[in-house]
Amino acid sequence: MATRPMRIRAQNKDGVTEVRVLMSHIMETGLRKDADGNVIPAHFIKEVVATCNDKEVLSAQWGPAVSRDPFLSFKFKGGEAGDEVKVTWIDDTGATRTDTTKIR
Amino acid sequence: MKKTALVACLLALGGVMATTGALAQDTADGIAEYRAMLGEGGNPAELTEMAGEDLWFETRGPKQASLEQCDLGAGPGVIEGVYARLPRYFEDAGRVMDLESRLIYCMETLQGFERDEIVKTAVSGSGEYASDMESLVAYVVAASRGVTIEVPQDHPMEREAYERGKQIFYFRGGPYDFSCSSCHAVTGQRIRLQDLPNLNEPELAQRAYSSWPAYRVSQGALRTMQWRLRDCFRQQRMPVLKYGSQASVDLITYLAVNASGGQMDAPGLKR
Repeated sequence: MATRPMRIRAQNKDGVTEVRVLMSHIMETGLRKDADGNVIPAHFIKEVVATCNDKEVLSAQWGPAVSRDPFLSFKFKGGEAGDEVKVTWIDDTGATRTDTTKIR
Repeated sequence: MKKTALVACLLALGGVMATTGALAQDTADGIAEYRAMLGEGGNPAELTEMAGEDLWFETRGPKQASLEQCDLGAGPGVIEGVYARLPRYFEDAGRVMDLESRLIYCMETLQGFERDEIVKTAVSGSGEYASDMESLVAYVVAASRGVTIEVPQDHPMEREAYERGKQIFYFRGGPYDFSCSSCHAVTGQRIRLQDLPNLNEPELAQRAYSSWPAYRVSQGALRTMQWRLRDCFRQQRMPVLKYGSQASVDLITYLAVNASGGQMDAPGLKR
């Protein structure tokens, strides 16, 4: 299935960059059943990596307990206006998506 | 002795009641806090807005056209502030339309889609991505953020729509003998923990109307005004309110006019 774009915002204030990411993902737990009683297979993001100018600033392992259309907000020291922040996720089916933004 | 026990019992009861009250307050605060947190750039409705923006400019349908020529009331292609002026009378269609029926009209006339097909897929199911309609609605509505609601009542058909909407609002029926006004014409009512706005009270009507369409966290989906009213009808055990029907447009007109003067702040975020 085609992936959908993320919405990423990165803002630097007093030497600290705050990144806010909205991801579009179904995040099925694998515990739900459909109307016919069949289990809806799990489908969730299992890995998130964020880089700033190709230097890793965050890596996370996620599971099925993370909500649908997840919102991730984090801060890291450094980063300047114009630097490129790149966020990548990989889900349990191997699908992946990468989006970038510039620090404001 | 008996008296002391009774007093103790009453005190205990009072204590329980106070706790329940505090709990309800805590929950309301919790929801408000959560909303504020997500409001700072975390409303998933923004993802639907982005999808809608792409869809608006995409060449689609049998006639291979985009929606850039779609006139939502302020000229072809203009979306800024239009939602705060809807529903309104459209000369070309000869009737009053809300945003969703107008979008159907545009998709029919410009892109050549079948009305029935659009309506069938207008509301996304559980676990699905937002429908085309929901995405387009999110995109158009977002362009009215901060705009004051000012729904026109100049054309006779617009006034008729308002009057019919008012009748529907007060019409009691169904197995529960309910009307919209059973819940929404009294201040301070709530259903479970959700406060029910009195839609005849300008300030409350404004707050309610200006925050829809909204992303429903419990459903993981953006829900439109047509959906909102259809679900209200379901909760009243009324017959199904048909998507984009005249009755739905009338009712939206009634609510929108009552909310005039408020500031649009949608797509919002609901529990």
